[in-house]
Amino acid sequence: MRLVGFYVFAAVVALLPVLFPTNYFVTVVGASAGLHVILAVGLNLLMGYAGQISLGHAAFFGMGAYASAILTTRFGWYSLPALATGLLIAGTVAWLLARPILRLRGHYLAMATLGFGIIVHVIMVQATRWTGGPDGLAGVPPLNLLGWAVEGDLQWYGVIMAAMLLTVWLSLNLVDSQVGRALRAVHGSEFAAQMMGIDIGRAKTQVFVVSALFAAFAGSLFAHQQAFVSPDSFNLIVSVELVTMVVLGGMASTFGAACGAIALTLLHQGLVVFEDYEMVIHGALLMAVMIFLPQGLFVGLSQGTRRLWAMRPKS
Amino acid sequence: MLEQFFQFLVTGVTVGSLYALVGLGFALIYNASDVVNFAQGEFVMLGAMTAIALLNAGLPLPLAAIAATLAAILVGLLLERFAIEPAQGASVVTTIIITIGAAIFLRGVALLLWGKGFHALPPFSGDAPIRLGGATVLPQSLWVLGVTVLLVSLVRAFFNRTLLGKALLACSFNRAAAQLVGINVRVMLRLAYGLSAGLGAMAGILIAPITFSSYEAGVMLGLKGFSAAIVGGIGNPMGAVAGGVLLGLLEALGAGLISSGYKDAIAFLFVLMVLFFQPTGLFGHKVAERV
Repeated sequence: MRLVGFYVFAAVVALLPVLFPTNYFVTVVGASAGLHVILAVGLNLLMGYAGQISLGHAAFFGMGAYASAILTTRFGWYSLPALATGLLIAGTVAWLLARPILRLRGHYLAMATLGFGIIVHVIMVQATRWTGGPDGLAGVPPLNLLGWAVEGDLQWYGVIMAAMLLTVWLSLNLVDSQVGRALRAVHGSEFAAQMMGIDIGRAKTQVFVVSALFAAFAGSLFAHQQAFVSPDSFNLIVSVELVTMVVLGGMASTFGAACGAIALTLLHQGLVVFEDYEMVIHGALLMAVMIFLPQGLFVGLSQGTRRLWAMRPKS
Repeated sequence: MLEQFFQFLVTGVTVGSLYALVGLGFALIYNASDVVNFAQGEFVMLGAMTAIALLNAGLPLPLAAIAATLAAILVGLLLERFAIEPAQGASVVTTIIITIGAAIFLRGVALLLWGKGFHALPPFSGDAPIRLGGATVLPQSLWVLGVTVLLVSLVRAFFNRTLLGKALLACSFNRAAAQLVGINVRVMLRLAYGLSAGLGAMAGILIAPITFSSYEAGVMLGLKGFSAAIVGGIGNPMGAVAGGVLLGLLEALGAGLISSGYKDAIAFLFVLMVLFFQPTGLFGHKVAERV
């Protein structure tokens, strides 16, 4: 019963390509939305449940992508060990960074994570020998899953959606586990959580590492799917977009984050037709949603419908 | 070697003054409303771009500069009225996204008005470099330094000497108490936004002859100003000024002595180190958490 929402979501994801196998919006935009969902769901664990903002999450996304790209193109590794190495690197960096950085609060934490993201981005641009510099690295081989090379939009849709459903399922279970309850306690009041015997430092470190792992995982898939990586895909704007997805959908709700990721991906696709007006509309929409629906689209709308439902005339 | 070092110092203090002005703007708004305004860099860009456009339209430079500053102040007031006021009481993350949305919006407007090209102002008083010791100094750098010192002293005097400044300060200490003694908090909020937009615009006009301006020019400047405010201890205006100068110096030295490509990384690494060892900034006071 607890996972009913998940099964409905999985069924929709599985049915879409059956109904529209050649629709660009389903296969290509859908795959891109799927990667964003992985990223947003991971970031939501950190932001929504543990209450820690991160304006540098694109760095972990980039670490996964560059680990896969560099190891497969320059060293001829298979994709899976390269993906695992990407996870290991991002996880280790997150683990090392977690204690000093998560001691900070509010705007100081925002600043520190933002700075971390910019430092990683500068390294991607400057360490030309490894990363190819601003031009990026091309020719990343297709994802090789134990001999099966993933090719074509439809196959990629399948792989990314499977990965996405896995992360959504993991997130839903994590939130309802003991770790998840500890996180929510930390969000409510760190002091009270500590009094209840929760090791705050450990809880925050765990969630930071998990959300970095989600991001690196998405990064590896992204590198193989695009066959190309460049620093532009992992800059500050991307980090801000990820935060926006989480907040837009509604914090502390896995489906809210997923909803925000899908909405923002579709919005970008939709706004392309406005060309130069895209930025103005994008900025205005962002402000409007945050002003009028501060709890986010998913949470705000679902509460709104519940309230309307309660107000219905009783006959 | 020493001459080179002196040259880096001059560059560092010039850039640092700019960061100081932007950081001061951050601190003013934060003090008045607990909001970190991520559109602060866009005020700098708007100041520079409007001044350039007005100059090209035939206005003399001083008039163009004043008109551009007034235009930015108007934008600051509109931002406060239509984006910040309706969202009062929202969480930190929500206000961050609102101001980021405002920044994207303003960048978009600049793109529509002035295109993607790079523009510059002519130097205020020629570009014949002045030799000072072993280093060369552009006259424009002296303008930047002089006007920054003047503006910072004015802001200081405003807070210390005038009733209006003290009222604004009172709002930052305790908004409810300020309201109770008869201060119109809403007006103070608008004052803070106008003031900080004006400071940002003037910074943009000062630097426009040295670095080219474009619709995207505000992004990095805004972030550096935010860093300056954080390093100085957020909400401490003079701390932000000191933080800005420090950051500019460090960046110039890092670019000159280590690597120019890594200068942004060096600046932010410094910010991270400050935060790791002094989590409330260099000049910020410790805040006891209310349980």
